[in-house]
Amino acid sequence: MKTMNHLQLLEAEAIHIMREVAGQFERPCLLFSGGKDSITLVHLARKAFFTGKIPFPLVHIDTGHNFPEALRFRDELAQATGARLIVRNVGDTIREKRLQEQRGKFASRNALQSYTLLDTIAEFEFDACIGGARRDEEKARAKERIFSVRDEFGTWDPKRQRPELWNIYNGKINKGENVRVFPISNWTELDVWNYIQAENVALPSIYFAHERQVIEHQGQLIAVSEFIQLDAHDAILTRQVRYRTVGDMTCTAAVESEAASLDEVIREIMATRISERGETRIDDRISEAAMEDRKKNGYF
Amino acid sequence: MDLLRFITAGSVDDGKSTLIGRLLYDSKSILIDQLETLEAQSKNKENGEIDLALLTDGLRAAREQGITIDVAYKYFSTPKRKFIIADAPGHIQYTRNLVTGASTANLMVVLIDARQGVIEQTRRHSIVASLLGIPHIVVAVNKMDLAGFDKSTFEHIVADYEAMAQSLGLKDVQYIPMSALRGDNVVEESASMPWYKGPSLLAYLEDINISSDVNYDKFRFVVQYVIRPQTEALHDFRGYAGLVLSGSVKKGDAVQLYPGRLTATVQRIISGFDDVNEAGPREAVTLTLTEDIDLSRGDLITSGSELPHEETEFDALLCWMDSRELAAGNKYLLQHNSRVTRSVIREVQYRLDVNSLEKIPLPDSVKLNDVVRVRIKTQQPLAFDNFSDLRANGCAILIDETSHVTVGACLLQQN
Repeated sequence: MKTMNHLQLLEAEAIHIMREVAGQFERPCLLFSGGKDSITLVHLARKAFFTGKIPFPLVHIDTGHNFPEALRFRDELAQATGARLIVRNVGDTIREKRLQEQRGKFASRNALQSYTLLDTIAEFEFDACIGGARRDEEKARAKERIFSVRDEFGTWDPKRQRPELWNIYNGKINKGENVRVFPISNWTELDVWNYIQAENVALPSIYFAHERQVIEHQGQLIAVSEFIQLDAHDAILTRQVRYRTVGDMTCTAAVESEAASLDEVIREIMATRISERGETRIDDRISEAAMEDRKKNGYF
Repeated sequence: MDLLRFITAGSVDDGKSTLIGRLLYDSKSILIDQLETLEAQSKNKENGEIDLALLTDGLRAAREQGITIDVAYKYFSTPKRKFIIADAPGHIQYTRNLVTGASTANLMVVLIDARQGVIEQTRRHSIVASLLGIPHIVVAVNKMDLAGFDKSTFEHIVADYEAMAQSLGLKDVQYIPMSALRGDNVVEESASMPWYKGPSLLAYLEDINISSDVNYDKFRFVVQYVIRPQTEALHDFRGYAGLVLSGSVKKGDAVQLYPGRLTATVQRIISGFDDVNEAGPREAVTLTLTEDIDLSRGDLITSGSELPHEETEFDALLCWMDSRELAAGNKYLLQHNSRVTRSVIREVQYRLDVNSLEKIPLPDSVKLNDVVRVRIKTQQPLAFDNFSDLRANGCAILIDETSHVTVGACLLQQN
């Protein structure tokens, strides 16, 4: 009998979870950010339901600050898989709800996404939202369940989590509640990259080394775009960079890199001694408990 | 590279968090920025050294109280293996968390303070390991530095534990003397204990054989979802997407279907985008059958000389996980793999004292963290194996019908 390696075991676990979602819920969806984790989710979902199509829509909460490469990739992927793509814009929510946008150099809509997400969940009455969060990303995530129940405010209450035993997932909820499901909870960043390589999963070009105009801010490289404010003393540099995560242009930092292929990216990651969130997410630097607080407020 | 899941059991004082921190730190799984955060936090404490325990306490509530209040999962890997650590709090109040963390583990690391030896808590953790059928145990005799790295102290603890392990039927037990704080025998071998000739904890975890933890004989496949593309090309395709819980299946195999015990033939096995000839334990595949039979979610496809029980009434060892008490006669939803059915607790036979294994007959009430033997009746028949024979098809959870909270873990047993 053949033995399964760690990637095959992680894949089987994720596919099992996806099928539980499709089997247990009436209106599930997959939250698609355009990043490598959610691209991996889409690949897993295709495998889970082959020869059929993915039986739930892909939902993208578009902040309006995305990398154009990531948006193009999103549209092509939806087309290729035949999955329904639902896009809702944070900009619309800001107008309709008269929300206060952040000001300043890197005014981010990251926190405002939660409003659009909750509205979208209500609009389509989604009872389960599959997301690409991993427990290794951040300490607050280490205790989150794979099936994580949220109330109608999207709140995650770490003290009221259900015990999660064996591979039995309890998706029973009351009206107004929904479940966030994290099929790749047990994957690390390196697992994701190795899986992408083993499965030959296509990624947006910004994950590989390319030339880009950037400014340097507190040791991090931020892409020059219409969404950030340049000051007189900002020097615009041209650098060979790639992204480790793909979020908004306002709050995702690039890393200098020559890695143009998956092999080279993986080699660089294995040699890096800075974690993914610390290197590339500007907002997480604010406080240790930043993630925990945002999650309590309905963040992904 | 394969995957080992283990749970660490011990109390705040046993140095459990320090041990996990040490494993992550010495195996170079801690990254620079996490280390910086750690250094900043450690300065708030009294000594100037890095407090490795802080690595494991993710939630603010846990950090503020200085204790672990919930199961936290940690990840690291070496060139040989990927490891998933379930870090479960050891205090008596948290038996439910210990059971949760233990449910997916191949191995339990039982921490013992060398100065205290085998205590009530050690016994409780080991009983949970035995009940949940965890195949491998490592007894980590920690704080050897505070016991003068004394060989006879270690040997006394080994003898005490060995006696208990035998009475509990724990078969594969490894003993390692260590100091998590100083790093002796965690990742690096200890220079202070030349009398110990065995492997360090990490070396042991890397090399232990876990392939026999899985059952390769009794084929059990749970149908999670029925794939019906209904396109022109796949008009009659009816694929049963699910998980191989145990055993294996080949194309052309005769299989028994539950409920109903009908016989059928496996036509195709689809793994990802490809047709394959066979599938083994833990693989997520899609099966089609030659016969025109209509299966649905929760049904079981099986083969093998021993087939599962199919019953509406059976016994279970139940770990109660809710702050509201259980009473005989109460109704719950019972989830077994992908099958959810209504159930009623017909009878509470006895309570099992998890410190002594003593059976206390007819308890008045069943409280949070109690382990009881119950008789359960279900609305639909359940196709299961005894938990003691086949973990993968012998477990179930109870769900409260109104709050929908998971209130119990059941180890199924049919005599």
